[in-house]
Amino acid sequence: MSAELLDTPAASAAPAGPPHPLAEFWTSFRANRGAVIGLALIVAVFLMAVFADVIAPHPPNLTNDAAFLKPPFWQAGGSLTYPLGTDAIGRDILSRLIHGARLSLSIGVAVVAVSILVGTMLGLVAGFVGGATGIVIMRVMDIILTLPSLLLAIVIVAILGPGLMNAMLAVAVVVLPHYVRIARAAVIAEKSKDYVTAARVSGAGPLRLMLSEVLPNCAAPLIVQASLGVSTAILDAAALGFLGLGAQPPSPEWGTMLADAREFVLRAWWVVTFPGLIILVTVLAFNLVGDGLRDALDPKLKR
Amino acid sequence: MLRFLLTRASLVIPTFLGITLVAFFLIRLVPGDPIETMAGERGIDPARHAELRAEYGFDKPLLAQYGIYLERLAHGDLGRSISTKEPVIAEFASLFPATIELGICAILFALLVGLPAGILAALRRNSVFDHGVMGLSLTGYSMPIFWWGLLLILLFSVQLGWTPVSGRIDVQYFIEPVTGFLLIDTLLSDESGAFASALSHLVLPAVVLGTVPLAVIARMTRSAMLEVLGEDYMRTARAKGLPAWRIVGLHALRNALIPVVTVIGLQVGVLFTGAILTETIFSWPGIGKWLIEAIGRRDYPVLQGGILLIGAVVMAVNLLVDLAYGLVNPRIRHAR
Repeated sequence: MSAELLDTPAASAAPAGPPHPLAEFWTSFRANRGAVIGLALIVAVFLMAVFADVIAPHPPNLTNDAAFLKPPFWQAGGSLTYPLGTDAIGRDILSRLIHGARLSLSIGVAVVAVSILVGTMLGLVAGFVGGATGIVIMRVMDIILTLPSLLLAIVIVAILGPGLMNAMLAVAVVVLPHYVRIARAAVIAEKSKDYVTAARVSGAGPLRLMLSEVLPNCAAPLIVQASLGVSTAILDAAALGFLGLGAQPPSPEWGTMLADAREFVLRAWWVVTFPGLIILVTVLAFNLVGDGLRDALDPKLKR
Repeated sequence: MLRFLLTRASLVIPTFLGITLVAFFLIRLVPGDPIETMAGERGIDPARHAELRAEYGFDKPLLAQYGIYLERLAHGDLGRSISTKEPVIAEFASLFPATIELGICAILFALLVGLPAGILAALRRNSVFDHGVMGLSLTGYSMPIFWWGLLLILLFSVQLGWTPVSGRIDVQYFIEPVTGFLLIDTLLSDESGAFASALSHLVLPAVVLGTVPLAVIARMTRSAMLEVLGEDYMRTARAKGLPAWRIVGLHALRNALIPVVTVIGLQVGVLFTGAILTETIFSWPGIGKWLIEAIGRRDYPVLQGGILLIGAVVMAVNLLVDLAYGLVNPRIRHAR
């Protein structure tokens, strides 16, 4: 998507006619410095994840009996063999962080993909069909929203058992109501508009109305929520990992790494500092892009 | 007015019933036999198994079981913890004040820093200060607080030695629980130094728990202030020649605070989520730590009761916020 966007400014230079919507979007998005920085960070983490095997100096789970809790290279006792030091059983922290990017990005994307798909469908149905079906869907979403998100995720993991897949499923359920609400609100706003009536009069069935008439016009808020949702998903999955309920050791998931590092907080600051820092940077990047998207896609909120 | 109160309050009932359903089915969705699950890893002999099945009503149809569950609930019976054999509701009641104390201090911290920061950022819009506040606020909002807590321990407890690493008060003090809030109880007791000890234990967890609400409050205050500052009555106030502090303090702030108060109310769920993590890091003896330990011990009655009670608390607070909002804002009250 980013490559496509990068090409469009050239087209916007054409004097005739209004600019292409994508070009307009890109101009607006580019004006937000934070969003551009966020996008650059996301691309960096993405590349890190894709080329993890090439970039990482060591395999993520390779232990070295001779190098327990070695400090990073700029401290006395550290060396460039292990640039960010090693953990309690001699694994290279940098390599684990690089490989962890794969997990965290997949978690973020998979959770959002599942919840946006299911959430949008439920929202479309609740908005279009209404009646008892709509009420039941919205009540269930209210219940999910009432319970604190991490508590509900913990309960789901308690039922299904700890592990990365179950943690992802739990997070997907927890964030579902946001998508349902957005989709439903958009459907209700759109469905009485003339173009929908026109489509209905010309014989479009309910499925066609939902998917090809109304859905594209609800896309903007859903895209914004999706970008912010990736950051929530990464953060929640890391929190579950930290509590020992997400990805299980020796997986280099960032939250799980922090859980392992907790007991060494008193003597090895680096095992605690780096995994959290990369979680923060990644989450911040997605939030920056989400804010930028909202400003660019929603003219009402423009400063 | 009464109509608004009743309509809003009646909306709570289906949600509460839904939460009882979640809590009820929790223990039945766990794979395996519920009695064996409750008995834990030691196992159970067949006679006692049948006895317990009858006692818990597992031999009855599901709907009847749910009925029994609701009836017990109405009598305040949430079952007993598997590991301590204590009633779940009693354990909750004894631990809840610790969580409330932490939560209140966290919100106070968030307000004391977040409100002035948001107001100043709005008044000095697009200044370096404004960009700084907004940048820090987004960082705070993105913060993995379980890591933030560890970092603060690293700095203030390990490097500087200013604050203790964990717990609520030093072990040498024995404080008779009167209110359950240690800050108050230590002041009531004669033990010298107890209050200082309780306070020093509280500072870091409160800051950690308050970080996300602080970020949200600062952002919300800024945008609410910006909106209000652009209104006509602000121009009128300025034209009347009122002093700046009066314009900002009385005219702008009072109106800007309405959405902010709502947001604070909505932070209750966020606070519970944060409390689970914060209490785990600081070994703070509250509800969050209790629930995480219950999972480790597969103590399902505790989990079941905990969800229900926390769900009820969050719902009650949300209801109060909505009602308060309706009281101050007639447009909400008379809607529909």
